[in-house]
Amino acid sequence: MDLSAISPTLLIASLMVAATPLLLAAIGELVVEKAGVLNLGVEGMMIVGAVCGFAVSVETGSPYLGILAAMAGGAILSMLFAFLTQFALANQVASGLALTLFGLGLSALMGQSYVGIKPPAMGTVDIPVLSDLPVVGPILFGHDIVLYMGLGLTAAVWATLKFTRAGLILRAVGENHEAAHALGYHVVRVRILAILFGGACAGLGGAYISLIRVPQWTEGMTAGIGWIALALVVFASWKPWRVLLGAYLFGGINVLQLNLQAAGIAIPVEYLAMSPYLITILVLVILSADKSAAPASLGRPFHASH
Amino acid sequence: MKFTKLLATAAVAMGLATTAMAEKTKVGFIYVGPVGDGGWTYEHDQGRKAVVEAFGDDVETVYQENVPEGADAERAITQMALQGADLIFTTSFGYMDPTINVAKKFPNVKFEHATGYKTAENVSVYSARFYEGRAVQGHIAGKMTESNIIGYIASFPIPEVIRGINSAYIHAKKVNPDVQFKIIWAYTWFDPAKEADAAKALIEQGADVILQHTDSTAPQAAAQAAGNVITFGQASDMAEYAPFPRVSSIIDNWGPYYVARTKAVMDGTWETANTWDGIGPGMVGIGEISDHVPADVKAEAMDMVAKLASGEYHAFTGPINKQDGTPWLAEGETADDGTLAGMNFYVEGIEGSIPN
Repeated sequence: MDLSAISPTLLIASLMVAATPLLLAAIGELVVEKAGVLNLGVEGMMIVGAVCGFAVSVETGSPYLGILAAMAGGAILSMLFAFLTQFALANQVASGLALTLFGLGLSALMGQSYVGIKPPAMGTVDIPVLSDLPVVGPILFGHDIVLYMGLGLTAAVWATLKFTRAGLILRAVGENHEAAHALGYHVVRVRILAILFGGACAGLGGAYISLIRVPQWTEGMTAGIGWIALALVVFASWKPWRVLLGAYLFGGINVLQLNLQAAGIAIPVEYLAMSPYLITILVLVILSADKSAAPASLGRPFHASH
Repeated sequence: MKFTKLLATAAVAMGLATTAMAEKTKVGFIYVGPVGDGGWTYEHDQGRKAVVEAFGDDVETVYQENVPEGADAERAITQMALQGADLIFTTSFGYMDPTINVAKKFPNVKFEHATGYKTAENVSVYSARFYEGRAVQGHIAGKMTESNIIGYIASFPIPEVIRGINSAYIHAKKVNPDVQFKIIWAYTWFDPAKEADAAKALIEQGADVILQHTDSTAPQAAAQAAGNVITFGQASDMAEYAPFPRVSSIIDNWGPYYVARTKAVMDGTWETANTWDGIGPGMVGIGEISDHVPADVKAEAMDMVAKLASGEYHAFTGPINKQDGTPWLAEGETADDGTLAGMNFYVEGIEGSIPN
């Protein structure tokens, strides 16, 4: 056993990378659920984003275009969900599950000719003096741009929901869609925008895995992160900063358990392997003791004639 | 274009399904990962293609990808047997019991299970002596490491994987007494994100050589990003990462075996067998050692490959002690296949314990 082999600085830097796909997908889903829509298709939108981003950055040679394509891919797939649930008034749970299955199959088809190819590398942000600082440099100033986007997005979602009129309308639609409708807000339009935002975020999260974290394309490579994002939103009581905390906790313990294994810690591997799930759930359950409730209209269909 | 090609393939497949004649030999393959994993499953699918090439219209091959090990495998294998397969290759260790169970229900279907040890009237097992390739890797790794830390991404604690760790360690230690192995059990054969994280964790702890017993190329990509870490291709050549970080590889070559066994079924000469072939018969190939490896190390490695192939040298040659210090092999003694097949212990010098 040799704990000194684990460098806290590198550990924190790599946990931020490991947590980012989860954070992005969960922040998107949080907005969707705040608008009163339950989209279980996160996993499907992530994987489609992953393959779209990968394909476009390989074809164009630009990781940034890939990132944009991933967001577009996720959003386009979510439009299918929006159409089914907002116009056809289909059941949201069933539609979301279908979206995940569809996305997994579609991505496998789209990605057939991209297996085993290396994508163009996305550079890290390199700020002359700051990135070279001893501990702070690698943690705060040595990452790629998408990671900072994730953090920025969390702050933006929090501020928008809390302080702006748009955020208030979104929450009103999610809490009581009939009242919002009576006040003259276009419930369906707000929800569609929220669903598209969620799709774009999930797509971005997927592309982070295929373009930056791994980076390569393989079928099913999101490996359940979308489902963890869904659970995270609930356990975080629909609060953006708690989503961030949960994502970093999950990513952190995941990275830590690998490091502990490599350092030869005498804890059975099985316990280490399940620890990220257990600890994340435990911490967030304790935090959610303040009884924050789900948006009241979550999962209920709305039609102006009702 | 891809899509039309796919449609065409589907149309052809449906045409075949309806017009298939009884005398066609149907060969099924159960895969643990996608055929495009670039590693283990990819090579099995190359073997399947070799069968198609060898017999053309006399065979029909079917395969199913991403079949989880365990109970669901039984369903997949049963389905393949019900579809009329005459010979089914189940290509992962975890399919062992499901294969045996299904084989009992279909006595007329022949089964071939990779890397397992349970045989039956209609079940053969086959595997390759990957540990011979691991010995070569260990030698190169021990010579090339500067930090003296070698990272090893292990999959599941089964004999095949433990054998690989031991073989690599023995040969790394032989040329570099200060070498230390850091082992991460990933509990997966194929999960690129997890493999990438494991590789990064090992690199952050000072490893400058990464050996992997998982099937994706993600650790190669992580090593490439780190810039000063070497790797070895696993199961497949992974040549897209050569000459650096990938300096060599173990290549599984299943084609000749699959062709021979399919032929045996066609001729009615198929019998239960327990095949375990290594570098000599060509079931294990050593991918080209790249120029990143110094010439003298490369020559030594090539020499070892030749000796392993001819049988002059055995990868487990004593004196070797077990991890707890008890003697296992005496001076000059070589390990017997029975012990190797069920290997469940580390050799002396490896730190940590094998998970249960």
